[in-house]
Amino acid sequence: MADIAESLAEKQKEISVSEFFERNRHVLGFDSMPKSLITAVKEGVDNALDACEEAGILPELYVELKKEEDNEYLIVIQDNGPGIVRKNIPKVFGQLLYGSRFHAIRQSRGQQGIGISGVVMYGFLSTGRPARIVSKTKGKSAATEVVLRIDTKKNRAEIIKEDVLLWDEVEHGTRIEVHIKGRLIKGKQSVYEYLRRTAIVNPHTRITYVENGTKYIFERATEILPRSTVEIKPHPYGVELGTLIKMLKSAKNRKVKAFLTDEFSRVSSSVAEEICRKAGVDPSKKPAELTPQEAKSLHRAMNKVRIMAPPSDCLSPIGAPLIKKGLKNVMKEYKPEYYVPPVTREPSVYRGNPFQVEVGIVYGGDLPKDRPVEILRFANRVPLLYQQGACALTHAVERMNWKQYGLEQKGGKGIPSGPAVILIHIASTRVPFTSEAKEAVADIPEILDETTKALKECARHLRLHINKLQKKKKTSEKFVIVRKIIPEIARKSAEITGNPVPPIDRTITSIMGVLWVDDDAKYSKNGYDVSVKVINYTPKRLRIPLYLDIEPEVVESMEPQAERDGRGLRYDLDLQSTEELDIKLRLRLEKGEYSMDIYTDKINPVLVVGADPLPGDWDIEAEKVIVSGAEVSGDE
Amino acid sequence: MSEQSQSEAVKELEKIAEDIYRQIKEGKIPEMKIPVRTKNNIVFDIRHGVWKYGGNFGKRSAKKLDGAYMLLRTLYILDFIKEMIEQRKSSTLREMYYISEGWNEAKFHAQDESNNLVEDLEIVTRYMREDFKLRPEEDGARVIGNITINETNRKGVKKRINCRDDVGDSGYTIPYNVEREKIEFLDVDADFVIAIETGGMFDRLVENGFDEKERAVLVHLKGQPARSTRRFLKRMNEEMGLPVVVFTDGDPWSFRIFASVAYGAIKTAHLSEYLATPTAEFVGITASDILNYDLPTDKLSERDVDALKAELSDPRFQTEFWTSEIKAMLELKKKAEQQALAKYGLDFVTDTYLPEKLSDMGIL
Repeated sequence: MADIAESLAEKQKEISVSEFFERNRHVLGFDSMPKSLITAVKEGVDNALDACEEAGILPELYVELKKEEDNEYLIVIQDNGPGIVRKNIPKVFGQLLYGSRFHAIRQSRGQQGIGISGVVMYGFLSTGRPARIVSKTKGKSAATEVVLRIDTKKNRAEIIKEDVLLWDEVEHGTRIEVHIKGRLIKGKQSVYEYLRRTAIVNPHTRITYVENGTKYIFERATEILPRSTVEIKPHPYGVELGTLIKMLKSAKNRKVKAFLTDEFSRVSSSVAEEICRKAGVDPSKKPAELTPQEAKSLHRAMNKVRIMAPPSDCLSPIGAPLIKKGLKNVMKEYKPEYYVPPVTREPSVYRGNPFQVEVGIVYGGDLPKDRPVEILRFANRVPLLYQQGACALTHAVERMNWKQYGLEQKGGKGIPSGPAVILIHIASTRVPFTSEAKEAVADIPEILDETTKALKECARHLRLHINKLQKKKKTSEKFVIVRKIIPEIARKSAEITGNPVPPIDRTITSIMGVLWVDDDAKYSKNGYDVSVKVINYTPKRLRIPLYLDIEPEVVESMEPQAERDGRGLRYDLDLQSTEELDIKLRLRLEKGEYSMDIYTDKINPVLVVGADPLPGDWDIEAEKVIVSGAEVSGDE
Repeated sequence: MSEQSQSEAVKELEKIAEDIYRQIKEGKIPEMKIPVRTKNNIVFDIRHGVWKYGGNFGKRSAKKLDGAYMLLRTLYILDFIKEMIEQRKSSTLREMYYISEGWNEAKFHAQDESNNLVEDLEIVTRYMREDFKLRPEEDGARVIGNITINETNRKGVKKRINCRDDVGDSGYTIPYNVEREKIEFLDVDADFVIAIETGGMFDRLVENGFDEKERAVLVHLKGQPARSTRRFLKRMNEEMGLPVVVFTDGDPWSFRIFASVAYGAIKTAHLSEYLATPTAEFVGITASDILNYDLPTDKLSERDVDALKAELSDPRFQTEFWTSEIKAMLELKKKAEQQALAKYGLDFVTDTYLPEKLSDMGIL
């Protein structure tokens, strides 16, 4: 009898692991065939990136997808990380939920899924084939090869083959090969798209992707690794009652007070005392001896006492310069006309968890004009491809009035339309997802708020850019009138009436009546050729200064010569009515970095088109630029 | 369209160019004044009994891109007309539109633009487009009835034509120029003219011998009638003393056809005294006819309703007859075609409907 019971129990266990997978496919990311492939690639890529970054290595990833038979694929993911020592390979790849990271409070990709061992298990369950892992650590001459599958009874790796082999092409790194059931699709929820988006927010990574023999490469856009994240203790505001009880039970501290100051962040001894007083708990009682009732009141008290916000140096935002670089690197096929300066908000806190929101917008070029804008959502540098409509990041976009920022929006709400892409990244030690599937961020008021603020800040720049375009269009109509049509009218009317062609200067100045400034920049060979045309279309001679807001250091040549002034250059104009001046500049700037404001002074601003009044901080800002420049280079 | 009127017309056109030239020479922004051509700027001319443009002028200034283009195009058209007159050529409006392809900045983007500009020139110079050697491409409508005319054909030979006996079943075709040097009315043996909107109804009246039975001259309008058709109607009315009645479908667009025959069209209000026949009367179809004769109908579309409402504020329709008929149709929410009368048989229109209505009007 006992034998039967035991074997039944074993069977039940075995069934339960596979059933666990079957029942929780949607949670684990294997609920559809196309999604299974993405989840597998995602787990592998997350692992690889985390491993490289922890070791301070610039990641170099190789991802391959190859169709083997109907709905069965071989997935290869290879990194140049530090490698895994032999004895850890079965644990990392063959044991569910292995790894210390599971309980750690820090910003990491890994908190978003079941892990690479889940992929190995799903691969085995769906195809019956084992996984092959090859890994080499630094300084070793040979690599370890392990072929394994997961023993579903014991949640342990079952090693089928183990060997040592030469792997000379890499110094160190890990390669995993898994066979898995799935279906390859194109479009917004494809493996290609997942990797493309990964490349945007991980510009320090080089990804080679081979899909059934076709090779795509996402080049590295920066050599700067993200700031490494620091592990922090939980903040009292963020801890759940169940977790608190578990922590109390296993606490080694002798007193509740010490427990509070040692195990939580931002709890000083006076704060700990206040918590105990409010909870009516003796601070010198042994933590493990608290009654459930006492634990409950302790938990309530922890949330009532004023406690400093948790430290935020545990977060690693991408940062404005790298968001721009990442977007440029991946969006260039659309030739966008404007990369709106990205915004990285200061860290903020929800329920004791630090988080930080970043936004970038790309506008114009070949992006489709009459479709809803594309929203690229990321959590801790991982793309979110599913459940867009349920996500707080999307909701923040939808509840904004985009019309005032220059995008179309039906009925003043919902996703705006226009030639734009909006990137939103949330970094947090704990990203609050709507469900265990971890596909959409929950509508936490603080997160909605911060996202909205970041979006607005970014959108303000977008509006300025669009306004500029519109103004230019309006004024360029007048330019057509005076440059093309008036001369023709004069010529033709003279021809018909048999008179000499009349001078048109006075007619032109009464149509325009302004000082006309128009700049045009063309990129060629590591720099920009800029031409600034200045035409005095007022009826009078003008002697006023014209300022170019450009760092004098990037100017390789200029014609005519300008004076250095404030934070840029100054020309002293002296133009008769209808006289023009052509300024030619050669600027040493990278593609897409050109932006030059033009200012005038000592003239009524309504008489100027194409230049703004000189800002009051023209001189002051010269110093600020240097300071922030130093910050930029010191950052990251 | 004598040689003299053409050289006078050229002089008037040159004045426009001179004016633009002078403005530039004086350092001004060139502009041209043209009457506003909408229903808000037509006034009743008591002397001629027609509606003409009022005193509201719009400015076409080179200060704006559109205005600048229009001025330049005006100059190109002037030059083109001058050249045609010098070379004794003529062209259709459509040909001119295509010729403008070679005018660089001045080219037109739609034929409506060039047609409208030619009308502007008619208004400013007080000459007709025929004087500019420009003609429409569409031919005029058809006439059947016992009226005899002399048409000077393209060889300069005067041809005597009786519009009943000398023509086939499709009748005499009205040429685009119907002025005296082209057409003379010689003789008529009829009591009135009936202008008909649709070809189907025109043919019905021809087949039923309505022209001989009721001593009528039948004219097919072909929808919104061409200038020459309207001019032909007016000359028959004035010179031969024939009353004119208009027989159309019962919908807002047909009411406008009647208005342009009787009161003058808004687009050509500068020529109303040449083109409009103020004594013309409307026989139908009216909203009352739909009720009285229980005619088969269609529902008014949204556009129909908008057009009817616009007519309520059109000064030409401010008569008791029209306001009550338009309001009745809006209430009815129905419209009907002329040919709906066939509900009662093919002869109903000629044996019953028209005789009844025309005797009510005192014409029969």
